[in-house]
Amino acid sequence: MTCTEFLSKLDDYFDGHMDADLITEVRAHVKKCTHCEVVLDTTSKTIAIYRQNEVYEFPDELRERLHTAIMMRCSKPSA
Amino acid sequence: MPAIQSPAPEVVHPDVALVARAKQGDTAAFEQLVRQYERQIFRVAHHITQNREDAEDITQDAFFKAYEKLDQFQGNSKFSTWLVRIAVNESLMRLRKRKTSKTVSMDEDVQTEDGSIPRDFAEWRPNPEQLYGQSELGGILRKTIQGLPPGFRTVFTLRDVENLSTEETAEALGLSVPAVKSRLLRARLQLRERLSRYFRQTTEGAKP
Repeated sequence: MTCTEFLSKLDDYFDGHMDADLITEVRAHVKKCTHCEVVLDTTSKTIAIYRQNEVYEFPDELRERLHTAIMMRCSKPSA
Repeated sequence: MPAIQSPAPEVVHPDVALVARAKQGDTAAFEQLVRQYERQIFRVAHHITQNREDAEDITQDAFFKAYEKLDQFQGNSKFSTWLVRIAVNESLMRLRKRKTSKTVSMDEDVQTEDGSIPRDFAEWRPNPEQLYGQSELGGILRKTIQGLPPGFRTVFTLRDVENLSTEETAEALGLSVPAVKSRLLRARLQLRERLSRYFRQTTEGAKP
C-alpha cells in the first residue's frame, strides 16, 4: 500500500467500513511509514476532540428560554 | 418439516410513536421531541453559522417549521435526520443572506488547493487536553473549525460531531454518498492540519 492509497482508505478505516484484509494492509503500512502513522493518530485525535468537547455551550438558561419560545410559537393557532 | 422462522421483530424508533401522537395534535408529544433535539439543532446551527444569535433564531425556526410541516413527514427517514435537514437549510439560507462567505451551497465544488495533502507530520504530545485548559481548548476548537469552508464544516459537524451516518448526512444535505465522503476526508485532514499548529510537539515543550 502506498501513502496515497492509505489516504484514500482513511475514512473507511475510521468508519469501520473495511474488510479484514484491507485493515491488515492499512496497519502494515502505518507500521513502516512514520508520516502516515502520525496522520492516522492525529486525525483520529481531531475527530475525538471535537466529539468529546462541547465547542458551543448550551447553558440551561438559554435552553429554557429557547424551549419556551418554541413551544409558544407552536401552540399558537395557525392563521 | 422445515421449521418456520418468523422474521426478527423490527425495532421501531421511539420517535415514531411521538411523531404519530404529535400529528394528532398532542402538544406534549411534540414538546418531548423538542426536548430531545433542541441541543443538537442549536449545535448544528451554531457550527454552520458560527453565530450564537443566528443559531438561536434557527433553532426556533427549525422546530416551528417542523411543527407546521409535520404532516409532510412520511417517516421514510428518522425524525431527527428530517429535523437536521430543516436546520441545515435554514442555516445555509442565513449564511447566504449574510454573504460573508463565498461557498454557502452544498452543491458547490468545495475543492481547495492541496487542502487534503498532509504536510504536518509532528506528533501531538502531550495530548491537547493536557496542554490546554478547557476554556482555552474550546477557543482553539472554535477558531479552527470556523476557518473551514461551510461545505466542509457542515459535513464534519453532521458526521463527526453529531454522529450521523454517511447516508443520513447525505440525505440531510441533499448530497450523494461519495460527495459526503470526499468532503469529510478533506474536512478531517484540513482540521487536523490546522489544529497541528497548536498541538504539535515542540522541542522546547513550550506552547506555540
